[in-house]
Amino acid sequence: MASAQESARIAEREDIRNRWLLSAPALVIIFLAAIGPLFIMLAYSFMAKGDYGDVKFGQFSLDGWFSVFLQRDIFDDTVSLADAHLTIFWRSVRLSLMTTFVTLVLGFPTAYFIATRPQNRREVWLFLVTIPFWTNLLIRTFAMQEVIRNEGILNTALMMLGVIKSPIQILYTDTAIMFGMVYVYLPLMVLPLYAAMEKLDFRLVEAGYDLYAGRFQVLRRLIIPLVKPGIIAGSILVFIPSLGAYVTPRVLGGGKNMMLGNLIELQFGQGRNWPLGAAISITLMVVVMTALLIYVRGAARAGTDNNG
Amino acid sequence: MARRFDIRAQPGFATIAMITFFLLYLPIVTLVAYAFNAGNSIAVWEGFSLRWFVSAANNDVVQQAALRSLIIAVFAATISTTVATMAALATTRTRPYRGLTFKYAFINQPLMVPEIVTAVALLIVFSRIKVWTGYSGLGYLIAAHTAFCIPFAYLPIRARLEGMDLTLERAAADLYATPWMTFRRITLPILRPGIVAGFMLAFVISLDDVVITEFVKSGGQDTLPTYMLGQLRRIVTPEINAIATVFLALSVAIVTAFFFLNRKKA
Repeated sequence: MASAQESARIAEREDIRNRWLLSAPALVIIFLAAIGPLFIMLAYSFMAKGDYGDVKFGQFSLDGWFSVFLQRDIFDDTVSLADAHLTIFWRSVRLSLMTTFVTLVLGFPTAYFIATRPQNRREVWLFLVTIPFWTNLLIRTFAMQEVIRNEGILNTALMMLGVIKSPIQILYTDTAIMFGMVYVYLPLMVLPLYAAMEKLDFRLVEAGYDLYAGRFQVLRRLIIPLVKPGIIAGSILVFIPSLGAYVTPRVLGGGKNMMLGNLIELQFGQGRNWPLGAAISITLMVVVMTALLIYVRGAARAGTDNNG
Repeated sequence: MARRFDIRAQPGFATIAMITFFLLYLPIVTLVAYAFNAGNSIAVWEGFSLRWFVSAANNDVVQQAALRSLIIAVFAATISTTVATMAALATTRTRPYRGLTFKYAFINQPLMVPEIVTAVALLIVFSRIKVWTGYSGLGYLIAAHTAFCIPFAYLPIRARLEGMDLTLERAAADLYATPWMTFRRITLPILRPGIVAGFMLAFVISLDDVVITEFVKSGGQDTLPTYMLGQLRRIVTPEINAIATVFLALSVAIVTAFFFLNRKKA
């Protein structure tokens, strides 16, 4: 009896060892080409910047972190807030929030529309949302650029309709970046919303109408609370990549209207301040991870609430 | 007669949904349409022509970038699918064990960190390794792509495995099949749709990547997306539209195949 237990324990230990061996290649590759470099970047953020990019290896300095939000006057050494960086931080947060809001306004009715189609048609509508999602982000951004440029379809159509007399400059503005991000990330809002709405029990909606609720009341008091996990998931999924966007602001913002991703690139390029670039990167990563963590905690709690 | 009261309807929702679909497809359709423009402009239509496809196909730089994209994607998708299959086998159909959550978090990590952050971290590390070793080939790009492709390959394979129970494998073992034979003859054939789906996702993800590639590549190592990104800074001709159209067609084809593959399973 005891030996049977013993051998079972040995078998289990061996199984777990095999499972570690089996997953080792994936873990090693991710460590070497994704996670490990992040730790090295953390170390770089505490080094002195090199004269032509890179760092003075092993030379400790807090200048990188200091410069994330602050700047020192070169003449009288007074410390003040780094306005340029704060502007970019604020633009990133503001545009990401606006993007999230607009995608929600467009995505919510869209997901609801798909979820209320007959079963066999839903897949097709859903597929239509997925196709743009899987096409290259750069290509979609470029496509948006063609639509909003001065000679593009949007301006041409508005002029033909007589709404405007001369083209409005949208390209290379904050609005352009927001349009681009809305376009690029819209599927990320629709998909989780749909997943939540698909499970919606319409008998509850029927009960609402039986109790003399109006359409708007049913929407506000019943549907929205029931699909709230989907709303939160979609918002997180849109907000996070918006905050770290690089391609869209680079192509549609035209260099002047930078977001955090472009500020980071600048430090590794012309700015030649790798420690600062590393410090901003880590700041961005921490913000994103915190948002994710809050979301995961919330989702886990919502999950146990529903089951228990 | 009054229309039947539809409890599912919400006023205006269908209209907004149609607007959304219109907005989703208008830019793509415009982009594709101007790829067939006979003129030099991406704003003025001058008649139908295939000249830009011809000129893109004959452009040496484009050819090389396309070839490079494909080589990287083939390597990255193959390696990532292989290691992701192993990792999926190691993390499913088991009682929770110490380190299982850690493995999940580790494998999905590339999805959680903004791409630009990983990109500059890789720039820091690889630029130093390039100086140390003198090697500056495609290896760095393949390594970076493999890493961020792993979670995409892993997800469908894991989903497929979770739907499989161990009955058949146990039966094989009862019939004196060796573990390797059981894997080759039982597990692998049932798992195949998941593996194919994982490979296709990884392939598309690698093919599409701009940000990490832009920061990791050495001089003269443009892939198709980074080549296009570079071109957007200049005056754009419909040649870019033509390249984008071909690229788009390829992605759509793969995604459509993926869609039908998954549908058959369900």
